[in-house]
Amino acid sequence: MKILVALKRVADPDNANKVKIPADGSTIDTAGLEFKPNPFDEYALETALRLTEDGTKPKVRDGEVIVVTFGPADTESTLRAALATGADRAIRVDANDDQLDGLLVAKGLKTLVAEEKPDIVLMGKQAVDGDTNQVGQALAELLDWPMATFAATIEEQEDGLVVGREVDGGVLELSIKYPAVVTVDLRIVSPSSVYSTKTDRSFKYNEGVRFSPLPAIMQARRKPLDTKSLADLVDDTGLKINYLRFEAPPARLAGVKVADAAELVDKLKNEAKVL
Amino acid sequence: MFPPPLHEKEEHAELREQARRFAREHILASAHAWDEAGEFPRELYGQAAAAGLLGIGYPEELGGTGGDVSHAFAVADELTLEGKSVGTVVGLGSHGIALPPIVFHGTDEQKHRFVPPVLRGEQIAALAITEPGCGSDVAAITTRAVRDGDDYIVNGSKTFITSGCRADLVTTAVRTGGEGHGGISLLVIETDTPGFSVSNKLKKTGWWASDTAELSFDDCRVPAANLIGEENAGFIPIMTNFAGERLMLAGGCVSIAQLAYRESVAYARERRAFGKSLTGFQVIRHKLADMASRIAAAGALVSELTTRHLRGEMVSGLAAMTKNTATDMVTFVADQAVQIHGGYGYMRETVVERLYRDARLYPIGGGTREIMNEIICKTEGY
Repeated sequence: MKILVALKRVADPDNANKVKIPADGSTIDTAGLEFKPNPFDEYALETALRLTEDGTKPKVRDGEVIVVTFGPADTESTLRAALATGADRAIRVDANDDQLDGLLVAKGLKTLVAEEKPDIVLMGKQAVDGDTNQVGQALAELLDWPMATFAATIEEQEDGLVVGREVDGGVLELSIKYPAVVTVDLRIVSPSSVYSTKTDRSFKYNEGVRFSPLPAIMQARRKPLDTKSLADLVDDTGLKINYLRFEAPPARLAGVKVADAAELVDKLKNEAKVL
Repeated sequence: MFPPPLHEKEEHAELREQARRFAREHILASAHAWDEAGEFPRELYGQAAAAGLLGIGYPEELGGTGGDVSHAFAVADELTLEGKSVGTVVGLGSHGIALPPIVFHGTDEQKHRFVPPVLRGEQIAALAITEPGCGSDVAAITTRAVRDGDDYIVNGSKTFITSGCRADLVTTAVRTGGEGHGGISLLVIETDTPGFSVSNKLKKTGWWASDTAELSFDDCRVPAANLIGEENAGFIPIMTNFAGERLMLAGGCVSIAQLAYRESVAYARERRAFGKSLTGFQVIRHKLADMASRIAAAGALVSELTTRHLRGEMVSGLAAMTKNTATDMVTFVADQAVQIHGGYGYMRETVVERLYRDARLYPIGGGTREIMNEIICKTEGY
């Protein structure tokens, strides 16, 4: 099993108030921001690791996990952290965020898929900065591969995956054949969400993403990390999406106290118009 | 905010990230409750081990995760800053003083028997030196171990033992020979040994989440195979162990002070008086500036001590100077933090109130401020 995981680095969502927009609204000022891996992509990496191991022997990788990101040189620390978690090697496609849109990333990934020939491409359902939710779907279309989005559970089969998706009123189960594109939702890192064919169904993972012990952090520095230019992967690097203007959401107004339920209902109905 | 210490490398930053996440997921929400309860759940040891945070500074063949004291400090620092429970961190780390004598002076058999279960989080290790009648004067301990065939018969008591109430093994200083420092040995005493008992769970000023015990040994029969190093040669390992402990304690002061400072800045920004926030008052801003300056100075000294210690230099004098500098600093910073918080700073659920109590231990534990000065006098040659 060979899995390609696409990772994006985003401004630390816990410090979203540090995001500044200049008065002319032309861009987002990234100076001074702390960056973190997109949480959903971290979940995708955890999923890839679970699919390539026996849960009781997490140090032994059965298959190969490759992480890829599109970003400037300082995103290599994000890739090193992913390697410390257990990925085997990393690829950085050199580009700045403002040179990228969802379709361009999908096209770049398509070329990488042709080179690497993974069985599965995994990524988060969306990145928590732009929330565009496009790359997985666009990639599946470009590759003409089966796709499962918003995966909450994955069970490995001999020739494909059974993917559980939480939908209104229940769980939708999809059976998809390799090769495939899968994007994951937050519940994918629950203790019983992902099972490879090697992991016994009675095994329970720790909730969340695994920790990297110091030896793994040290080993990660010696794992291969290749760099490619965007132009190597995509002929036309022009953007299909152009951002015209950014503005901060309006500051939240102070709330009001209501005397009783009747006044609350009245306000919800006549002021907020939500009833 | 302070930048990471100058001696830290990229791997320290990644390790700090792991420790931060562990603290947020496993400690922060319970910090106050565990302090009030007087202990944290035993499962936390296993969880910390699974996250790779318990075995730092220990070789991989003993179940450790490698690294050195700089890595151990980076982890303790983040656990304190993000978990906000000093007692939990020192309790989780009590093996940091109990195991080094075994690792450095024990036989291979002893290392493999005692160390891996502790680093897996299955057993708790404590160090027992201080006695009810003898603290700073280590050479005067009276707990006696008398050889009887393949065993020692131990009688006596120990006090102020961190993690002593729940410990499975206690690295214990005992008198096997005559008076003075030439008659002291180190013996690992397993707490299921008949004759061992926890005579008292002690109530302290601070460090509440960490249990502290008075221990009794009443004809406690301990295998001679548990003797660490040569008989009557325990004094030097005890003293060299203190250097590492002092480094960690000085670093602990910097962590506590940074947390108190962070809490104070946040409170001063938010709290309003006379129509403006507290940071609008020069008197409060200057308090914060003084706190920050002293933290930066002590932090720099801890980093220098760490660097020299890792280079293999003799640092007993510098370690004593660093500890006194750091404990003076944290005493000042914790006090100012309470002052900035006003009445809230005197209330039990406020973080700085807890830190103020936690900080009081540091000029006493691991060698008092006065003993540190004696060491400095000795290394300076007057």
